[in-house]
Amino acid sequence: MPVSTIPFGPQHPVLPEPIHLKLTVEDEVIKEVVPALGYVHRGLEKLAGTRDFHQMVQIVERVCGICSMMHAMCYCECVEAMMGIETPPRARYLRLIWSELNRLHSHLLWLGLFADSFGFESLFMQFWKIREKVMDLQEATAGNRVIVSVNVIGGLRRDLSPEQQQTILNILDRVEDEMRLLEKPLLGDYTVMKRTKGKGIVSAARALELGCVGPTLRGSGVAQDMRQLGYEAYGDLAFEPRVEKDGDCYSRLKVRYREVFQSIDLIRQAMEKIPAGEIAAVVKGRPEGEGLARVEQPRGEVFYYVKADGKKYLERIRIRTPTFANVPVLLAMLPGMCLSDVPVIVLSIDPCISCTER
Amino acid sequence: MFPMMPAILRNFFSKRATRRYPPMTREPFAEVRGELKNEGSVCTLCGVCAVKCPSQCIVVDKKNATWQWDPFACVYCGVCVDSCKTGSLRQEPLYRKAATGREIVSVKIVLKEQTK
Repeated sequence: MPVSTIPFGPQHPVLPEPIHLKLTVEDEVIKEVVPALGYVHRGLEKLAGTRDFHQMVQIVERVCGICSMMHAMCYCECVEAMMGIETPPRARYLRLIWSELNRLHSHLLWLGLFADSFGFESLFMQFWKIREKVMDLQEATAGNRVIVSVNVIGGLRRDLSPEQQQTILNILDRVEDEMRLLEKPLLGDYTVMKRTKGKGIVSAARALELGCVGPTLRGSGVAQDMRQLGYEAYGDLAFEPRVEKDGDCYSRLKVRYREVFQSIDLIRQAMEKIPAGEIAAVVKGRPEGEGLARVEQPRGEVFYYVKADGKKYLERIRIRTPTFANVPVLLAMLPGMCLSDVPVIVLSIDPCISCTER
Repeated sequence: MFPMMPAILRNFFSKRATRRYPPMTREPFAEVRGELKNEGSVCTLCGVCAVKCPSQCIVVDKKNATWQWDPFACVYCGVCVDSCKTGSLRQEPLYRKAATGREIVSVKIVLKEQTK
């Protein structure tokens, strides 16, 4: 059989963001994959030299729109640890609530996009209809729809009133109800199973070896979730990572579908336990030395490294995003698969390219 | 047999999920960070908002007593409003409408010392 090379991306109907994959195919079966990145590099890390460390909160929020809350939270945690600031307990719970709302809308977005990747348009619309409720919640509580911008170093800029907390709980009840209604069309549908089961299989050992993170790793049967570290208020709440064993696209779909309910559950638990009090600590001085922080994002573990020398501007900031860790495993999934399965497999890791290139 | 049927039936008997956007708009939420407004008679031209702004979209000109805001560079984070000591800055809960040209909002500031 002759071997041919087919470019996939950077512009492709299934890709929300640009990534280029050079696919070497033999009779429509993938033999080799070479990725090319760098289409949306913005140089956000370099901005640490022109924006002071308080303003960097708004910069890192823009690394990724979908998980902006977690980026800012991770950066703030990192700088707070360097400066020895203890955030008030209420701020820790509020950060958890907003970050779980972020995870909810990110997973709902992905569920819709994934349904779209195998051509299930009406399911895509159903998920995005539910997502709109969560977006409205963010707009009503934080003031912005996508980039909620509630974090500052030392705590938060916004509080949740008891009425707002009740609104969140009421709307989450409806979100849960509507999500249950979509369980059968998503997980029990013949076509969906046909398109996702046994596609892009990666074993637990191989996933760990390639440094895979997040739902992609949990879909391969490894119970690893950065929320187990107990950052912010996660240590106070009952929490078990959602794990599926098969390691194919269907498993990753199931993990994310189940994590939607987990997020709703975590918000409910947090609402019950949230203490009263201050929402931000007093910040004095400037960070010095080196700091690290890890946070679980919807796509997996994000890693922040900050180096400062006590001046107004940070010396270096390095961000390792989850998609960056998941690209090697994507390249391991594709060989042996049919060309028509590539969109589904690429989407199954939930690629966020603007995150990866920063 | 038809797994989507319950969702379809519910959609038939519930209100529409979308609205015809430009003519039909939703009531804005009370705490939305929308268009930035500066109260010209309260502002003291201290320039803290311009220093704190992460997108550097505010220019305070003390010489000509003007406060300028570039709505197309603004990221609507609300840091300026939080840092304003006089309370002259506020954000309307409405978003700016789509525009055909780029404009910079300029507010003439009347300082209290001058009015005396």
